[in-house]
Amino acid sequence: MGATREEVVKVICQDYGNDRSRLLDIARDVREQLGCVDSPAVDCIAEVLSIPRVEIESLVSFYSFLYSEPQGQVQIRICNDVPDMMKGADRIASELEEELGIQVGETTPDGKFSLEYASCIGLSDQAPSALVNDLMVPRLGAGTARRGVQILKERGELKELDKLLIRDYGDGNNAHDLVRSACSNNIRKAGEVILAEMRRGAGLEKALAMSPVEVIREIKTSRLRGRGGAGFPTGMKWEFTRAADGDRRYLVCNADEGEPGTFKDRVILTERPDLLFEGMTIGGYAIGAEDGLVYLRAEYAYLREFLEHALAKRRELGLLGENVCGKEGFHFDIRIQMGAGAYICGEETALISSCEGLRGDPKNRPPFPAQHGYLGKPTSVNNVETLCCVARILQRGSGWFSAIGSPGSTGTKLLSISGDCMRPGVYEVPFGIRLSEVFAMCDAQDPMAAQVGGPSGKMVGEADFDRTICFDDLATGGSLMVFGRDRDVLEIASQFMQFFVHESCGYCTPCRVGNVLLKERLDKILGGHGQPTDLEYLQRLGESIKMASRCGLGQTSPNPVLSTLESFRSAYEERIRDADDVEESGFDLQSALSTAQTLTGRKSVHFED
Amino acid sequence: MGKPRVATTSLCGCFGCHMSLLDIDERILSLVELVDFDRSPINDIKELSGPVDIGLVEGGCANEENVKVLQEFREHCRVLISVGDCAINGGIPAMRNMVPLRECFREAFLDGPTVVNPAGKIPDDEEIPLLLDRVYPCHEVVKVEYHLPGCPPSADTLWEALNALLEGRSLELPYELIKYD
Ligand SMILES: Cc1cc2nc3c(=O)[nH]c(=O)nc-3n(C[C@H](O)[C@H](O)[C@H](O)COP(=O)(O)O)c2cc1C
Ligand code: SF4
Repeated sequence: MGATREEVVKVICQDYGNDRSRLLDIARDVREQLGCVDSPAVDCIAEVLSIPRVEIESLVSFYSFLYSEPQGQVQIRICNDVPDMMKGADRIASELEEELGIQVGETTPDGKFSLEYASCIGLSDQAPSALVNDLMVPRLGAGTARRGVQILKERGELKELDKLLIRDYGDGNNAHDLVRSACSNNIRKAGEVILAEMRRGAGLEKALAMSPVEVIREIKTSRLRGRGGAGFPTGMKWEFTRAADGDRRYLVCNADEGEPGTFKDRVILTERPDLLFEGMTIGGYAIGAEDGLVYLRAEYAYLREFLEHALAKRRELGLLGENVCGKEGFHFDIRIQMGAGAYICGEETALISSCEGLRGDPKNRPPFPAQHGYLGKPTSVNNVETLCCVARILQRGSGWFSAIGSPGSTGTKLLSISGDCMRPGVYEVPFGIRLSEVFAMCDAQDPMAAQVGGPSGKMVGEADFDRTICFDDLATGGSLMVFGRDRDVLEIASQFMQFFVHESCGYCTPCRVGNVLLKERLDKILGGHGQPTDLEYLQRLGESIKMASRCGLGQTSPNPVLSTLESFRSAYEERIRDADDVEESGFDLQSALSTAQTLTGRKSVHFED
Repeated sequence: MGKPRVATTSLCGCFGCHMSLLDIDERILSLVELVDFDRSPINDIKELSGPVDIGLVEGGCANEENVKVLQEFREHCRVLISVGDCAINGGIPAMRNMVPLRECFREAFLDGPTVVNPAGKIPDDEEIPLLLDRVYPCHEVVKVEYHLPGCPPSADTLWEALNALLEGRSLELPYELIKYD
């Protein structure tokens, strides 16, 4: 006899010290062990933690990796970001729909398979790809997905999916015993900062020989700016965090990597975990934190064991734990906090909410995390790549670092390149590189456009190909998608808008509703029903959304429309109808009537034929 | 030259906008001096007789008949005005847009707590116009020149708007007429 639901929940809650702030972990474990967090399970959790049911329900309904209803034993998530759609993700979806006899969003009656779409899972350079439970399945050729499912169907036991679905492991640590993944790193160009080798402790020892204030000064002199997107000076952020009042401080690494088309953090986590942990430890020392958190996106769960192992190794070597490296009084350790599938949790205040076991809602600012962050304490949130830069700066010196790149953007940047080019993958390049040089590097032949910085970034055309990648010109957290001549920029913009519609947390009306309206109007134009006034409507609505939204998501979500209006205006104008075309409205009577016709079993009398 | 012709209709509305038009009180006598009414519930003329200068439309489109009437208005009216929030936004009827049509029918005709329908059949009489999948504001179905907001727009708003249009001057509504709380 297995344990009852109550017992399972009790043990899980106990594992987390019956701590309400660990609700996300509790819900994740319940979902894993009981299949879903259904109503009775919610009751059990509510009782053990003495919290209202609604807090649990609202959490479960928020995250796309948590479910209130049973799902298939095998959960197939097909990545539908733009590069994946360009490589036929929809074809994979119909292949699987046919093979499984269900639609996307459904579960087979035998409870074996669920099929759904996922926003970018971080494999845009090896598209089309899917996530099968925790298993990354890249490069799905025609028929491979179907064959995979057929193999699984024949098995009674659906365990050790990797043995059934994966033939070859990827390069580097993807083949490590604790990773065993088919993902490739696709490192096309390694630079000196992130992807060079480093001895464990090389940066940390130097840091610990300085005072925390000196470490911060070193980072400030390096002029390091955050790699997660916003480009805030890291030294300044640490100074604020150190200066804020609080009995505890936290250093949080943002490994949510949700911006579609970004996958460089995955490669860092696979190949340079020690560089990251070293950077975190240095950060902890600098701001006066004893606790570090890595917020790891749920899609990267397959890396967790490997990362835990790397942490354990560092503890063994005295690089984590009490009196780090023998430095009396400096204690620091790192915990991995798993996410549960939400792009918005990459936004730092939403990320903190999520770490606190809440819905991933952004918080009002001020107060900023540096004053009032995780559990109300001063907190610094830094991107994976930023923290790696920190370790390297301490190892090699701020002078060495700031000599690389451009004056306003020092150092190197990892680019995640995908789309229409011969050599997609990860490139470590100095800041200030021209877009045209990037195209040459990744062998993009005759590109028409590039999306720099993911959907929240900018779509640029030929006129901008001489511009440079840096914070003061074309900024990017890493994502760079290349589009060839036969792509339709409006179609791409519409897919990006769909992404934001899906990922908005819903708090602000301009973001929740406005993005839907933007997409509808864009689709009207795409459908050939656009009118000249629609362009002004898009422009004004887009600007309103940016102005009236609370967090970075809403403040950037109209960019796909606004930047194509700027760079590809003719693509809109070509599809716009004459203003005097009175008949034209885009109303589709047939589709508007079809449900009622089916339900009543009769035809229209007002509109014959 | 004859007087300008005006037609009015109520699609999926509550006739509140028409009631508001009647609220111009004695000014209706001046109105009759100014214009001739074509099809309108006010004179109970059921069909448009020919070209019309101004069409006033109350209510959005919830069914095929609404669409038919609106298209006829579009065809015959030089200037078409969406009057009131239902015509402009769909209004109260559009609250059903949150619920798939299939579920609306199920609740109304099959499973609702007060439904008696032993045959379990959804009415299919041709007299009952087919419902659209959702309620559409008028300008999503045909081109509309002007919107007069309000639930309903007050008599003064309607009066002002008509006069401005007839006199060919731009419409200036005082704040009180377009403030709704
Ligand atoms: C909607 C949204 C999503 C974000 N996603 C990420 C992300 O996945 N990874 C990341 O490092 N930063 C992300 N950011 C930026 C973070 O809010 C924050 O600025 C960053 O983690 C700070 O680290 P940095 O200074 O090292 O860049 C996101 C911001 C927004 C508004
Ligand atoms: S802007 Fe959008 S994502 Fe951000 S808080 Fe508002 S609704 Fe949520």
